Amino acid sequence: MENHSKQLALELSRKAQEFRIKTLEMIYRAQSGHIGGSFSAAEIITTLLFHHLRLDPTNPKWPQRDRFILSKGHAAPMLYVALAERGFFPAKDLETFRQLDSHLQGHPDRLKTRGVEMTSGVLGHGLGVGVGLALAAKLDGSSYRVYVLLGDGELDAGVVWEAAMAAGKYRLDNLTAIIDRNRVQLDGPTEEVMPLEPLKDKWVSFGWRVIEVDGHDASKLMAALEEAASVQGPPTAILAHTVKGKGVSFMENDSRWHGKPPNREEYEMALKELRGGLSRI
Amino acid sequence: MRKAYGEALVDLGAANPGVVVLDADVSASTQTWMFAQRYPKRFFNLGISEANVINVAAGLALGGKVPFVNTFAFLISLRAAEQVRTCVAYSRTNVKMAAAYGGLSDSFDGPTHHSICDLAVMRSLPNIVVLVPADSVEVRKAVPAVAEYKGPVYLRVSRAEVPVIFDEDHRLEIGRGVVLRDGDDVTLIGTGVMVSRCLEAAKALRKEGVKAQVLEMHTLKPLDEEMLVENVKKTGAVVTVEEHSVIGGLGGAVAEALTKRYPAPVERVGVQDTFTETGPYFPLLDKYGLGVIDVVRAADRVMERKGEEP
Repeated sequence: MENHSKQLALELSRKAQEFRIKTLEMIYRAQSGHIGGSFSAAEIITTLLFHHLRLDPTNPKWPQRDRFILSKGHAAPMLYVALAERGFFPAKDLETFRQLDSHLQGHPDRLKTRGVEMTSGVLGHGLGVGVGLALAAKLDGSSYRVYVLLGDGELDAGVVWEAAMAAGKYRLDNLTAIIDRNRVQLDGPTEEVMPLEPLKDKWVSFGWRVIEVDGHDASKLMAALEEAASVQGPPTAILAHTVKGKGVSFMENDSRWHGKPPNREEYEMALKELRGGLSRI
Repeated sequence: MRKAYGEALVDLGAANPGVVVLDADVSASTQTWMFAQRYPKRFFNLGISEANVINVAAGLALGGKVPFVNTFAFLISLRAAEQVRTCVAYSRTNVKMAAAYGGLSDSFDGPTHHSICDLAVMRSLPNIVVLVPADSVEVRKAVPAVAEYKGPVYLRVSRAEVPVIFDEDHRLEIGRGVVLRDGDDVTLIGTGVMVSRCLEAAKALRKEGVKAQVLEMHTLKPLDEEMLVENVKKTGAVVTVEEHSVIGGLGGAVAEALTKRYPAPVERVGVQDTFTETGPYFPLLDKYGLGVIDVVRAADRVMERKGEEP
């Protein structure tokens, strides 16, 4: 069992790194899209879509599926790559990202893309939508769970805390928020733009159980998600500590790579580094 | 009108177990307390968090529920406007927005609580049906029709007790205008509470020898353009009357449709691009140009414009 889960974690890590490469290619081709926050969320999205969530790519509307909402919608490139690889739509479609007539919009669109649970991109909304879904599941006595991935910069938005309060009030233990705590937002470090710390205490004071985890460690993510699913009573927030632009040294922790596409030289350098990283996993 | 709404919601709750009701700490005002009492498990009071209420409603809709969101019209249409755009209109979630205290009906609370641009905001968003019932009978008819319709709806409800103009066999069909009175000199088009004032104006005009046609447009979007054009062809002159700014509401909708399909002179009765003030409801309407006399004068003006060069 121990060996099995180690093997699984290794596979997830490898996939996540492969997805970084595909995401980079996609953004380079489109000359548009968000690298930094896609890379920080690679292991989180991969662990969810390839391990933890109950999903059926052949039946994306399966009523008992777990619901995953990408509240930090600008990480759409990573989501699209993962959805395509998971079989929701052909990988070839990734070449159309951000182009006219593509089902792959700049930010996720639930009406256009198979497997996208909710439209997002305007930061702050995913958690409230997740609260609604979790309430619906409770009303119906359904066992599906709801997962919302938020950025940390996103937590500046008051509406996130309105939703957090509501989840606390209704004791939504079928709701898990995952915070991609990469500490960098568009304009700079989160603690300079708008200090979030003490972040764990904030969630706890809103009635949440908090699990802190290395957001690039697939085995720890697997365990945290498992634990969150077993908690009864309060909703769980997984504070996933990550690195913005993870995997490419000159992009890491640099807010300039929040939403900038690479030029040819940067692209080739980044690709080389990511491939090197992949070979070491 | 709001009591009728609250009661209709309770009836709907019995008929449709998928209906859930959300409120933002104003259930005593919106009258959703009746639903809350009857169906406590299907009622969610999320406090003064209008933006979040819309998002939660979107989630409930994704989960297969039929959520009715309740708070004041100006809060849904302005404070939560972006949530409405993104999570309801653009996402096409099956959210029903019951906008209480429409127009100036919360008169004594003053301009902060009056809603004079909600219809313009909602009309400009794709995918949203905009509905403004004229009396308590029509509110009662509207609630199940709104639930039945698949997709986002903005339902504006007045706080005021207003004259009842429809009888119980009135049929409300979303997107279908109603001819309330025939006439061939001028067309008066009203929505919401102003429909009864249009009828009064038509009576006053009759005394001047003017035969006014009265149309009710409870659905501002999609506007019943066929019915509009067919009727305006008979009169060639139009007055629109609404408890809203003259910009972007009923007057805007009618003018947009007529410029495209059948250009005719239009006078718009409504709040004249100004903020209002505190005061008793009916005198407040009169002071801000929404009196019966204003409708009559607008009719006289627009009839003089008939046949003018476009």
